[in-house]
Amino acid sequence: MLILECPYCGVNAEETELSAGGEAHLKRFGPGSSDDNFHDYLFVRENPRGVHLERWRHANGCGKWFHAARCTTTLEVFGTYSAQTTEPPQEIKDKISARRPGWSWREFS
Amino acid sequence: MSKAVSALNGASFSGMADVIETGLTGMITLRGALSDATFQQAVVDATGCAVPAQRKVIQVGGNVVVWMSPDELLIVTDHAKAPAMVDTLSAALKGQHALAVNVSDARACFTLKGVGARETLAKVAPVDFDGAAFSTGDVRRSRLAQVAGAVWLNADGSFTIVCFRSVGQYVFDLLKTAAHPLSAVNALG
Ligand SMILES: [Zn+2]
Repeated sequence: MLILECPYCGVNAEETELSAGGEAHLKRFGPGSSDDNFHDYLFVRENPRGVHLERWRHANGCGKWFHAARCTTTLEVFGTYSAQTTEPPQEIKDKISARRPGWSWREFS
Repeated sequence: MSKAVSALNGASFSGMADVIETGLTGMITLRGALSDATFQQAVVDATGCAVPAQRKVIQVGGNVVVWMSPDELLIVTDHAKAPAMVDTLSAALKGQHALAVNVSDARACFTLKGVGARETLAKVAPVDFDGAAFSTGDVRRSRLAQVAGAVWLNADGSFTIVCFRSVGQYVFDLLKTAAHPLSAVNALG
């Protein structure tokens, strides 16, 4: 059972209260971008075994979107953080580093 | 305007807890900056209640203000008073990034009370309803089996449950089943 703390209402919400929103920190490539960039934006996703950054929504709760950093292998949750950011905050990166030294995910490490 | 009728017209059930549809109940969704002084004053002036802290409700007289999210409150009041209260709030918040909407007829509201009330709720929501974890003035939005709902604990020991009107019958039937007199689990202290 995956339990994530919603940063907006402070609830420790278990999975059935949440809805998964896919990969975090996608950069949108829209009109005017190259076909390759647009293709990657639409179709290419990380599928890591280990550290992963995701979007979740507290759907059966306060309704807010947020981010979560967790391990896809062990389901260990490193932390959750605000949706109003384009990269994981240093505090979250530190928490991941403490548990998975040398981790990297896309351009973050 | 046509005659207002609540979702289940006051239906009730008595088992290990009493489930009562509250009948006509005024409900207002108020969105805005909860920490803003003008917003807070508007809430006090309209309801007599202060803006509640995170996951808390404040009850003054017949009005209840419920914390729904960092930018949303639910105001519960008399059904007949709700339209005027919306006008009062809208006037006080003119020019602000805020919104007051009368959702009375879009919601269903239930009271759940009796010794088995906590257990009834614990059966249908992934929430710790033990006395030590959920006490008077606490509110929790969660799911009631398959639908979204909000639950808070009043000073008189009863719970109030709010859900969308479209799933009012579902929630009533769900609570009725969970409160069946022969279904006690006695899992909560
Ligand atoms: Zn939340």
